[in-house]
Order: sequence, then structure tokens, then C-alpha cells
Amino acid sequence: MSLNRLTSRYWVRIGAMAATVLTLHFSAIAQDGAATPAPADGAAAAAPAPAAGGGDAVAGEAVFNANCKQCHAINEQVVGPALRDAHKRWPSDKALTEFIKYPQKTIDGGNAYAKGLYDKYKQYMPNHNFLKDEEIGSVIAWIKAESAKPVTAAAAPAAADGKGGAAADAGAGAGIDSSFLTYILGALVLVLILLIAVLGLITTVLTKYLNNNENLTEADKEYALDAPNYKSFFGSKAFLFVVTFIFTMVVLKAGFDKVYGINVNTGYAPTQPIPFSHKLHAGTYEIDCGYCHTGVYKGKSATIPSVNICLNCHNAIKTGSPNMQKLYKAVENNKPIEWVRVHNLPDLAYFNHSQHTVVGKIECEKCHGAIKEMEVVEQHSTLTMGWCINCHRETVVKTEGNAYYDKLVKLHADKTNKPMTVENIGGLECSKCHY
Amino acid sequence: MSEQNKIYWKGLEELTNEPSFVANAEKEFASVPTAPSASSNTLDGLTGQRRDFLKVMGFGMAAVSLAACETPVKKAIPFLNKPEEYDPSIANYYASSYADGGDYCAVLVKTREGRPIKIEGNKLSSVTQGGTSARVQASILSLYDTERFKAPTVRKKETTWAAFDKEVGEKLAEIAGGNGRIAFVTSSIVSPSFKQALAEWIAKYPSTNVVVYDPVSASGILNANKASFGSAFVPSYYFNKADVIVSFSADFLGTWLSSTEYTKQFAAGRKPTADRPHMNRLYSFEANLSLTGSNADYRAPIKPSAEGVYVAALYNAVASALGRPTVAGGSITAHKDTVAQAAKDLVAASGKSLVVSGSNDVNVQLLVNGINELLGNYGKTIDINTQLLTRQGQDADLAAFVSQAKSGGVQAVIFNDCNPVFDSALGTELKAALGSVSLKVAIASRPDETTEAVDYVAAAHHYLESWGDAEPRTGYYSLTQPAITKIFDTRQALETVLLWSGNTTDAYKYVSSYWANNVYPRQNSYGSFRDFWNYSLHDGIFEVGAPSLRASTAGAVKDSTGNVVMPEVAGVGPFERASPHTASFSADVNAAANAVDGTYKATSTGTDLVIYESIGLGVGRDANNPWLQEFADPVTRACWDNYITIPQSLAKTWGDFKVNEGDTILANLKVGGTTIKVPVLVQPGQAKDTIGLALGYGREVAGKAAKGVGVNAHKLLTIADGAAKYFVANVTVEKTEEKYRVAHVQTHHTIMGRDIVQGSTLNEWKKNPAAGRHIVEVTTGDKGHVPATSMSLWPGHTRPNHAWGMVVDMSACIGCGACTIACQVENNVPVVGKEEVLNRREMHWIRIDRYYSSSYKEGDSLSMKEEAAENPQVVFQPLMCQHCNNAPCETVCPVAATTHSTEGLNQMAYNRCIGTRYCANNCPYKVRRFNWFSYPQNAENFPLNFPTLSDLGRMVLNPDVTVRARGVMEKCSMCVQRLQEGKLNAKKESRRPIDGEIVTACAAACSAGAIIFGDMNDAESKIAQLMDAESGKRNYQLLSEINTNPSVSYLTKIRNTADKA
Repeated sequence: MSLNRLTSRYWVRIGAMAATVLTLHFSAIAQDGAATPAPADGAAAAAPAPAAGGGDAVAGEAVFNANCKQCHAINEQVVGPALRDAHKRWPSDKALTEFIKYPQKTIDGGNAYAKGLYDKYKQYMPNHNFLKDEEIGSVIAWIKAESAKPVTAAAAPAAADGKGGAAADAGAGAGIDSSFLTYILGALVLVLILLIAVLGLITTVLTKYLNNNENLTEADKEYALDAPNYKSFFGSKAFLFVVTFIFTMVVLKAGFDKVYGINVNTGYAPTQPIPFSHKLHAGTYEIDCGYCHTGVYKGKSATIPSVNICLNCHNAIKTGSPNMQKLYKAVENNKPIEWVRVHNLPDLAYFNHSQHTVVGKIECEKCHGAIKEMEVVEQHSTLTMGWCINCHRETVVKTEGNAYYDKLVKLHADKTNKPMTVENIGGLECSKCHY
Repeated sequence: MSEQNKIYWKGLEELTNEPSFVANAEKEFASVPTAPSASSNTLDGLTGQRRDFLKVMGFGMAAVSLAACETPVKKAIPFLNKPEEYDPSIANYYASSYADGGDYCAVLVKTREGRPIKIEGNKLSSVTQGGTSARVQASILSLYDTERFKAPTVRKKETTWAAFDKEVGEKLAEIAGGNGRIAFVTSSIVSPSFKQALAEWIAKYPSTNVVVYDPVSASGILNANKASFGSAFVPSYYFNKADVIVSFSADFLGTWLSSTEYTKQFAAGRKPTADRPHMNRLYSFEANLSLTGSNADYRAPIKPSAEGVYVAALYNAVASALGRPTVAGGSITAHKDTVAQAAKDLVAASGKSLVVSGSNDVNVQLLVNGINELLGNYGKTIDINTQLLTRQGQDADLAAFVSQAKSGGVQAVIFNDCNPVFDSALGTELKAALGSVSLKVAIASRPDETTEAVDYVAAAHHYLESWGDAEPRTGYYSLTQPAITKIFDTRQALETVLLWSGNTTDAYKYVSSYWANNVYPRQNSYGSFRDFWNYSLHDGIFEVGAPSLRASTAGAVKDSTGNVVMPEVAGVGPFERASPHTASFSADVNAAANAVDGTYKATSTGTDLVIYESIGLGVGRDANNPWLQEFADPVTRACWDNYITIPQSLAKTWGDFKVNEGDTILANLKVGGTTIKVPVLVQPGQAKDTIGLALGYGREVAGKAAKGVGVNAHKLLTIADGAAKYFVANVTVEKTEEKYRVAHVQTHHTIMGRDIVQGSTLNEWKKNPAAGRHIVEVTTGDKGHVPATSMSLWPGHTRPNHAWGMVVDMSACIGCGACTIACQVENNVPVVGKEEVLNRREMHWIRIDRYYSSSYKEGDSLSMKEEAAENPQVVFQPLMCQHCNNAPCETVCPVAATTHSTEGLNQMAYNRCIGTRYCANNCPYKVRRFNWFSYPQNAENFPLNFPTLSDLGRMVLNPDVTVRARGVMEKCSMCVQRLQEGKLNAKKESRRPIDGEIVTACAAACSAGAIIFGDMNDAESKIAQLMDAESGKRNYQLLSEINTNPSVSYLTKIRNTADKA
């Protein structure tokens, strides 16, 4: 009699609470999702700003990045001196150009300032006579433009933080801080708890009132004043079934998750023989990935850089560091550095970096995560087949300007208006990766 | 269609329908999946007890779960100093030259991560023209042979080079000081710079006698040409310029002289098209069914002791047709029609014909020269100025050396890159004679019977580690460059010879300076030697054609006492070349004919033993190469053994003896005083009263793979009249009761009685381009008769992008098997060993089915059909996965491990396969191979699978292809790794792939150009155009009646036989 009604009432309550929790959960996810892109947008918006420096300087920046950046920066001393106001230290741009082209000649020729530089740095800058005068001129123009800018956050010791700050500043108007969202979420939860408490109080008050009320019919009384029978509820078959069911499901889920997780080493960040920082090299100094990982645009393997690549810079930079000594030892002993492999794709799967970086034009970060922020490199992606397949389902093929795809694009367009994904051109077929 | 019908059969078992054969043929897998060895009850190292099994299972489960939790730490070790031209995972190709004994091939060596993994033909070479042979393909594994010499040895103890050089140098100086005889025994030297080094050696040790010999010599040809034109040489033959070819036991498609080159030339004339409806015609007179005989339009099985008579008969027939004087002899009783017809065809094609003979008898060769002279072939199909330099050996020189050594007249002997103790007729005598020689040195890269018999072994490089050059034909130079640094503490032969001659130049400098001084001046395209050298090295070749030869002082070099220091050999460098042959043919043909008439008999009663080179092993230099041991002979289809091939007529006298699927007996073969016990195979096409036995087997000191395989036939050879004789008359062969099994693949994977070989004759084809085709029709209710291919149960697959396909031209395919080994190298196909082949479990992804065919008239009795087996016609059909578009295998796989791609490939995902083998059962072409065992890692049961058992061996594996584990199915993937690489290269360069840029390993290796691979969707591609042109004509799909619609199709076999009325 009463049991059905009672249980149904409890189910309603449980259901309501579950719904509340779920709603909370999803809203939290949605807000996280919305929150993340905001700073990125802000950063992107802020980025183009320095571009307004004149045609000459823009070209100069490219020449600088290609030829000078390995040893020079505007505000810092790297291998050679900081270049802020370099043009002011020379009598004329022509003299500076001549020095850049033939440094040793200038130094040996008796130029006092150049001699001073040599005494300080104890090495000759290589000849840059392969550069055209206009190119060097554009670099000088760029240095002038850069020198004209005030020394701001970039000059602070933690350059990366400075940049982050700048990005946050730039984005302040447009985005919402994620901590702010957390507060809103907390407040909402608090309000809901209060609501439940208030509702509970109301129920108690009303029950008391009904208890004192004499004008109730028997049926109403039974309904209103019936104390919940917990014993029969917890002993019921339905309850036991539900509990058993949920328990089994949870155990199974945990079990499957565990099994599927075998050999999935996301987050694997082994200690390397030399604590190489990608944050510093790729992040702060913005060295192109392909500079060290020479195979990444060429072949299947991105390749771990050989010691001679390290020494391109480190024959001059930070030569005193004990870690650099490991490099010199390696050369002396004729023994390569034995790095610990982070990403271990099973042998049965064929993966080619150049396919993805050159043809697919995918950024390294897509699979390797925020590599520019990693002090110690860790495995970012699961590297499971599901992960591969999923990306092949979602990724739209970069067909523009690639004549290989012309035929496929045409065939695809005849069939549907949807963009052509890797899946559409056979990217899920077995022997694309297994042979 | 011709009124005659043809039946095709793979072996006598099939023709006579042996019950056990039928039972086996009906099953995809042999009935008893036994352990590899019947005597040992081990399965991958476990004894077969139930309790043990459970224990191991339990332990295995626990170990797997534990191991799975802990990922092992792997190291990534980059270069210390990365060379610029070199990127991991990207293949580099280096042009080089393969020269092994008398075999030459211009090659490209594919290296990955600094290790050679594949050999391809060099298309720039006009000698081999991009063709390769099975041995060239397999040579890469010899580089990683763990049994190679790892350091110089003195009396079998390894030592250092310094100590070695000191000891040998002192002894040499002592012997030279006392004017003692030094013999330098070498295989034919094709390297001009090595010849110059040898001249330096002779300058330092003037008492040196150079002995050049070839295991299978061309002494007969050399001497015949000396008599005909004044100097001993082998001319260049141009089979592509010949319309009619007659071969007397010269297996020019298989082993004779420069067979890769000749295959290219011959096959060019075997591809009739609408534009060029023309074919050459090949007559073959031989005893064994050779590769050449198999491809002949007319074949006459003759006894070798009658060969000279047939040559004389042909001479007389040609001469009388041309009104020229005939010679003595030449009266034959059998095959008169064939000789007469050959003569008629030859005369009609004068100047466009070619007669060759494999005989080593100078008189027979003189008659052959005479026929070619009558026909005016010199200067047209035979070029005597451009000489083939890969065979320079004179058997007489070896004989002279051995007798001199026996009499104690030789104080020191150096063996360079040769193994005369094993592979010469005088091996046993030589071994005994060596006892009296005080200094015995061998320059060799691998242990053999000769290195076993000497005291000092100067461990030499493999050719892939060496600098060098080659001049296979006069004026056609090529370079050898190392593709890997030396693996062991070896030194290349050139440096050893130079060093002992007192020249410390390294090989690179020596070769390049030779080129600077001798080759560079012969061109004017490059202004600096640097450019010339770099371009030549890049191309691998430099060809100036027949050179304007220097004024010569041809002839043997003699020392002051009149001893022959250096025999006269064509093109042996330090000695001036022979003068250009403007001289006319000046041989005494009559004298030769008289000699032939005295030696050869048209009919005789005795049994002749023919000793031949096998296609796979040749003379056995590479006997320790398991790929070549498991390579089934193209004709007999047997591997891991040699055996005597006997004619059916002999088998009949043995109480109708039959060989059923390799189940045979041993026979006693008595040759002179020697008796050897050898297994027997009944060979259709074997001439009556002859038996055949292959050289190259029975190696005693060679390594694990060669040990105990077959019997040594070299010791049955004799040297008579200055030349080794490759047949022995009057031998006896007696059956014994001892049973034996020959691993024999011909009846495996047979497609019983189905109509898969289709073909016709040239004349029929000219009348009807679809001649010989069997178009199967089905009857429908509404449309009447329609082709079976027009109806399908399946919706089919679309192939919008690429449609990879292959067309196999059965007319051009000569069956050499280079594709089989190329595929094995490219795709890491395991070696399974003799036991497993006997269990019908060979793993080759591409097999060349050899069908015999015999014609019969309707109403002929069964016995008449069997009689036809005496001299059957032969068809070769390469068969690999057909990549069906309605694939029967795909529909039965319960786990979708084999599926169809949008590019027309039938793809096989090994990691998904659970080994039900349903696919293989359902495959109508029987091309799927199952991994019954862990072939790659089971060293105990499969010790000969060299490429996966040691770190060194594994260097040969193709890193882009998975090594398959036990329990999975595998099959031809159409070299999907090459397709993917080719497509990626095209994508990176923003273009479509160019036709010919992507080829499968088999198509690339094929000398005959019989496999055409490409994208059928690309209208510009060769395959699309060929299929378009031949559609409804010669092009057909196998078993088209079941409409599997394969991506692989075939062109009918066309023979150039005249129609019989």
C-alpha cells in the first residue's frame, strides 16, 4: 500500500538531487570549456601589434631570425652582445654593415670599439658576407625600431611570465578570468545547499503543523504523517538490485579503464641524462622545432638531435655548466648521449612525422601538448589507436595548394558539402598504418 | 582456336591423379600439422605434456599481466655527429656493382640508417639494364652472414693485420728471393684497377704465375674465337636483335654467361603488340629441361653425347640452303624436322639470327661460329669487338697449375675470391697437391673448402663494403662503392694485393687514380676529373662503348726462362688488349667438324649424366644463403637439395617408379670409379638416356645453411683437351630401396584443373587477338548468355583515388624467380627450412607456378595424355595475392583483419588477425601463408632463418615492414609500404605520383619486364594503357568465372610456333 508511494517519493527526491548534481557538473564543464579559449584569443589579438614598424624593419626581422637570432637578442646578452642601440655605438650604418660582413677584418684592422668587443667576448663573429647590403640594412632598421620601444616586461628576469602577464593584460577587456568563474560556481553551490536546507525546514514546519491539525481525513493523515519506513526500503529487492547493479557497473568501469590504461603512458616524463628544457629553448628562445629535430619535416622519425646540433650553440653559450660538460665528454669519448625515449608507439603501427607536419600541416603541439611550457618533456597524448582514429575522423585535410588532392576534392565536393576529413580519403583503412 | 586441346598440369602426380595428391590438393593446409621435426616433440621449446602446458599457461598469464603493467624504459640514442646527407628513416641509394665470380650486375643499394637492406637494378647500365637475378637480390644477406671471416686467420686462429702482413710478407719475400714459383689463382677479374694492382704484384714478384679459372668455364668459346678471330675472348651477344635463336644446351636465360643481360634482351622480343605483331623464335636442343628450354618455342631433347652431331647437322642444313660447302658428319635420325625447320628459319633471318652453344668443346663452338659466320651474324647479333669479360678462365691453366703443384713446382699459392678445392674438376687433386706448397694464402670473405686447406686467410670485404670497379664488357665501366663501413676486421682484396706488392694506397684512392689516368681521358663531357668522378659515382656506370683499342702485344706473358707468367686472356688489364677484330673469320671448320664427328655419336646406348648450374645456387658460392637454399628451382620446383632428374622412360624400367610429392628414393650414381647416393626426381622433358645433376651443392665448409645439403657434383667433372666437360657419358644409375623426401613445392597450392593458364600461338593471335581466351558465360533468364563477370553478388568497392594493379605478361615471364627473392627481402618473409616446406608451409608471397602442357586430340585415351609428358611445353605463371575486389577472404574473416581499401588493395592487419585461417581456406588462388610457428625467433627449430635470429642478421630486415608473429596470416600486400612512401613523396611535393615512380619489389626486380605495376586510374600510366589496349584481347583475370574481379590480371602466353596443318 504505502510502500509504492513511499518509494516513488524517495525516487523523486533522489532523482532531483542527482539531476542537480549533474547539472552542476555539466555547467562546470561548459564554463571551463568557454573559459579556456579566451586568453588565447586575447593573446592572438595582442600579437600583431609590433608589426607596425615599417616595411624595412619587417624584412629585417626575418633576416635577423634566420641569421642572427642564434647568438643575439635585443635586450640580452646571448653569445654576442645585446643589440639594443647597437647602431648608436657605431659611427655610421655603413661601418656597422662592414663590421657585420667582415668582423675579423674589422677587428684586426684596428677598429678600437671592435677590438674592445673581441677582448670582451674572446671570439670572432663569423663573416656574414653572404648577406646583401640591403638585407643588413633592413636588420639595422629593425634594430632601430626595436631600440625605440621602451624596455618593458620583456626586460624583467622571468621573460615568460612577463609575456603571460602582457597577454592577460591585453585580454582583460574581452575574457573572463577563470578564478572568477570558480567563485560564481561556489556561490551557486552554496545557494543550492541553502535552498535544500530551507526546503527541509519548511517540510519539518509543515509536518508539525499537520500533526496539530485535527481536520484531516484518514487518507490525508496517512499520506501526510506517514513516517518513512527505511527498513523495508533498504531491504527491498529493487533496492538491492539497483545497488548491486551500480556496484557491478562501477567495478566493471574501473576494471575496463584500468585494462585500457595498460601501456597508456600519458604523463610519462622520465628523467633525462641532461635536464634539457623545452620551455627555455622552444618557449623562451622560440627555436624552431625542426632546428634540432631535423627529421620532423623530412621523414618518419622526428629524430633526437645529435650532439653536434647542441654544440652549434653550446660551443659558446653556457659552456661552464656541468650539463654542457656532459656534451663535451660525449664528444671526447666518442659516445652519444643516451636519452630516454618518451613516446613509444608500438612497432606494428607506422607513423610518419612528415606526413603530419608537412602534408597535414599539423602543429607539433597538437599531439605533443604545450611543449613550449614543459620544463621536462612528458607524453601528452595517449597514443592509442582510438586517439589516432578519432583525430582522423575529425581532421579536415589541408588540400589547398596541394595538387595531389585536387582530384579527391572534386570527387568529394560532388558528393557532399561537408569538409573533407582524413576519414573521407581512406584515413581509417588498416594498411594506412599497419603493414 | 587450334583444333588441338591442351591440358595443363604441374607435376606427374597431377597428370596421373595420384590419390594422395588429390587428397592433399583438396585441402588448403596439409592434413597433419606436425611439429617441425618428427623426432623432437617440442613446440616452440615446450614439451607437449598437459601439466607442463597448464603450468606454462598459468605462468604466461601471470607474466603477461605483470609485464603489461610495467612499460620497459627504452633508450633513444642519436648520432654523436650526424652526417649531413643522412636522416634516420629516409633511405639513401648508392650505385654500385655486383661482381661475384663470373656474375655481374649494375645495382643500386638501398640503405636505411646506414645499413644496406635491398638491392635494385641500375637502369642506367646498358649491360644489365636494371635487371637483377635471384642471386643478386639475395647477395645482401651474405653481408650479414655471422659465419663470415671476422679477422685474418693464421692456421684458423684469428690474428691482427700487422702480425698477419708481417708473417705473409716475410714468407713471400723469402720465396720470391729464391725465385720460387708463386701461383696467383683467381676467379675472372672484371675490375680493371684490380688488374693493374695485379701488374704491380707481378712487378714485385716476377716469379708469379697468374691462373684465372671459372667454376663453369667458357674455355670452349674462348679457344674457338681464338681459332676464328685470332684471340681468345667471349663476344657480346645481342638476343634482342635476333629474330631466330638456336641454343644448343646454352641456358642463356638461366645461367649461361651473362644471363640477366640476355633475359632483358630476349624478353624484349616476346611481347607482341598490335603495333609490333612480332616475336623472336627460340629453338632449344638440350638434355635437361632448362629455363631456356622451358621458354623455347621448339625444344628437342637430345643426349649431350650427340650434341656435336646436331650442331653439324644444322651447319650442313644452313650451308646447303645457302649453297655453301657442307662439312663431314651431321647425320641424325631423330628431330630431323626440327633441325630442318630451324635451318630454314635461320637462313630466312640471316643477319638477324643467333646460334649459341653451352658446350665447352672448342670444336663444337667452332662449328657454331661457322654457322653464325654463314648467316652473317657477326657484326649484327654478335659483336666481337665489345667483349664480355666476366669469363676469362682457361681450364687448361688450372690443370697446368695443379700438375705443377703436384710435382712440387709451386712454392706459394694465393687464392683470390675463388674456391677451386670445391668448385673445380680438380678439387681433390688440388687439395692433395697443396701439401707440398709451403705458403698457402686465401683472400676470401667466407669460409670454404679452399680456405680450410690453406694456412693464411686474408679476410676480405663483402662487395657492399668495398671500393672497386668493373668492366663487364669492354668499354662499359662501372663503379663499386661501399654502402656500409666494414662490419668485421676485414680488408678488401684490392688493398691486400696492393699492400703485399709494396703499395700502401687505399682502395678508394687507387680506384679513383686508375679512373683519372685510364677512364677519364676517354671522354670529353666533363672538364674536370672531380666532376667526372662524382657523376660516374652517382650513376654507378660510365660507358663509352667498344673502345678504340690500343696497339697490342697480345699473347701470353713469359718470363726469361720461357715460363708462362700470365696466360693470354682477353682484356686482362696490365697486358695490352687484343687488337680490334677487323680480321675475318678464319677457322678451319672442316677440321672441327671432323673432330666432332669423331667424338659425338648421333645414337648411343649408354646413359649420359648432364652436370648443370642451378638457377638458385649457381656453382654454390652463396650456398650459405638460406634464401637461395629455399628458393625452389624454377623447373623442378624443389629446394634444399640436389637430385638427379631422370626421364620417365628410365622410371618405367624401375617398375613404373613414381615420385609422389617429393616422396622418392635414393639411387646409386656410378660415374667412373665414384659412386654417390643421390635422390631421384622424374623430370618430364628430360631427354631419353640422360640424367641431370646440379652443381653447387654438397658444400662441406660453408656454414649452417649449406651444411649437409645435397651432393657435390663438381668432383664428377673432368678436364679433357684443355676444357672441363659438363657431361659424362656411360654412367650407371641404380635404384635402391632407401626412401627419401625432396622438398618439392610444385604441387602445393595447386588450383586443380581450373582454367587459369590461357595462351595461343603467334599466328592464331594475329588472326584473333583473343585467341586462347576462355570467356565463361552464364545463362540468365532475361538476358540469355552473359559473361560471368557481368553479374555480382556484391556491391563492389569504389576506388576514387588510386587503383593499384598489376598485369603479368606470361609471354615475357621466363620464370627466373628474381621476383620471389626480391619479395622475400623487401617484405621480411621468413625462411622455414626443409621440414616445413615438406609440410607444405613455405612462406613465399609470390610463387611462380610452372605448368607443363601437352596437347591431345579429342578422343585420345588417358595414356596418350600421359605420353605427352615426354617433352611437354612449359608455362610460368607468377602468382601472388590477386587483390580481388570481390574478395572471398574478406567476407569470412570473423574479426575483419582482412579488409578492402579504397585503393583496391586487399589489406591484411596482422595485429588484428587471430589465426582462424578461414581466409586461406576461402582463397581460390591459394596465396595466403600462415605462421604456424614463431619463425623469426624460434632458433631451436628454425636455426636457418638468419635474418631474424641475430643482431647482425636483423640488420637486413626492412624496418618499414612488420615481422609477423606466430598465429597470424600473411600474404602479398602489393608492397603497401612502397605505395605509401611514394604517395607521401608526391603529397609533399604537391603533385600526383608519376607513373613508374612507385613499383613493387617484384616488378622492380623483373629482368624480363613481365610484371607491370601502376595506378589503373591514371590514364597516362603504362598499366592503364596496356589494359586498355589488351582489354578483351590478351588481358584476362584468373578464374574470372567466379567474378572475384582481381586487381591483378594476366596477358595470355603467346608462343611463336608455326601452326600445324
